[in-house]
Amino acid sequence: MQVNEEKFEPTIVAFCCNWCSYAGADLSGTNRLQYPANVKIIRVPCSCRVNPMFILRAFQRGADGVILCGCHPGDCHYTTGNYFTRRRMTLLFSMLEFLGIEKERTRLEWVSAAEGAKFAATMNDFVATVTKLGKNRRLEDLRCKK
Amino acid sequence: MQKMMQDRARELLSSGKVDRVLGWIEGDFVYDVTPHVFRENDIDQLIYHSFASQNLSKYLVGETKKDGVIAVFLRPCDSYSFVQLLKEHRFDREKVYAIAIPCLGKVDAEDLRAMGIRGITGVTDGKERIILHTLYGDVEKEKSEVIAERCRKCRGVHAPYFDERLGEELTKEPLTDRFEMVEKLEKMTAEERFAFWQDELSRCIRCNACRNVCPACTCEKCVFDNAASGIENKAPASSFEEQNFHIIRAFHVAGRCTDCGQCSRVCPQGIPLHLLNRKFIKDINSCYGEYRAGADLEEKAPLNRFDVDDCEPGDVVGKGE
Ligand code: SF4
Ligand code: SF4
Ligand code: FES
Repeated sequence: MQVNEEKFEPTIVAFCCNWCSYAGADLSGTNRLQYPANVKIIRVPCSCRVNPMFILRAFQRGADGVILCGCHPGDCHYTTGNYFTRRRMTLLFSMLEFLGIEKERTRLEWVSAAEGAKFAATMNDFVATVTKLGKNRRLEDLRCKK
Repeated sequence: MQKMMQDRARELLSSGKVDRVLGWIEGDFVYDVTPHVFRENDIDQLIYHSFASQNLSKYLVGETKKDGVIAVFLRPCDSYSFVQLLKEHRFDREKVYAIAIPCLGKVDAEDLRAMGIRGITGVTDGKERIILHTLYGDVEKEKSEVIAERCRKCRGVHAPYFDERLGEELTKEPLTDRFEMVEKLEKMTAEERFAFWQDELSRCIRCNACRNVCPACTCEKCVFDNAASGIENKAPASSFEEQNFHIIRAFHVAGRCTDCGQCSRVCPQGIPLHLLNRKFIKDINSCYGEYRAGADLEEKAPLNRFDVDDCEPGDVVGKGE
């Protein structure tokens, strides 16, 4: 494949909780809303399932941005999971920023099963932001690159 | 103080109240101190001075698995680790007799060496001043000049969960604001911060000393020993791995770290690990209210509770700039 040097296509990893955000992604698909193909969705049972290691690992394997989507606060299928997610991710993202990883490369969003449009808009916006930042050279493992 | 501790320990041992005593012992040099479990026969080797730097509480996890009661000496900072371990049910309280002792602040031999003080053969402690006896004569210093980084923020107050107090309570004014350096880093640009950490963390040799010494780090099965984790115990193979290790290490003790400073003390590469812990402490304090790990036995840790109107990551991240 011919690589176009001019146009940088970021790799985005999106962790989506099964009950809300994944369904939201599905809805935006059935509604034929467009969002970039760079977004690789990983379905998790609850946003709370996302261990900080998952985020770091995604960056290691070459992600340029990582976004985590869950049910709106109060709507978590397991009642309180996303409140814990919120605290954890607040601290983790803040730490990544402290180590010099631009804050725009990490994001936490609440997307319900009915918000297909919000899902698409969020992804479009996130991809645009990360594209502007360029490649993430900081948190990736060179050994995994061919 | 040392004499008082020896006498009290001897008393406790001979009365049968305790079977063993956890304290500090000198090695070949006065600054070469290690934790030691004493019995009646060697109790006069127990020492306590400016080089007795180890936090003893973590050793209770192993020691309480044995029969009998063990007495332990707790400096103010150690008392928080002690409570934190107790809170996490890491040892049996019945098997421990905790003795609170005052602390004048510790001194690290590396720091002294950097100041050109070598050949130390003895030390005389004081509240304001310290006299170091060396092969080249005595050196007298202001305490504030030589005191270790981790002791500069200390108020000298114990967490109130000990069995008896030996000596007087020595409260003091902290010499520095512990968040000063964290704030300085927060004000830098992302590039500068990255360069700073790359510089520091690339020296790491993955000896795991920082993990091993940490009193908050007591899981029997550690993620860093899991061969499938990708960050197991070995020399760092890439820059990413170094950062990953340090982020995970600090994250795993977030909300439980008592800021005892042992991790930075033991690092053979002189990496300022306490800055990572303090960043978490600072964020926790500003987002979820002042919290001090190990100060209270009942209060839930900040990552084990939540409020429905907690801030979002976006509200917090990047506020420093
Ligand atoms: S992380 Fe460092 S400062 Fe915090 S409890 Fe562990 S050894 Fe002490
Ligand atoms: S003690 Fe220092 S060199 Fe050893 S693993 Fe920790 S940071 Fe790395
Ligand atoms: S089930 Fe969606 S966030 Fe918990």
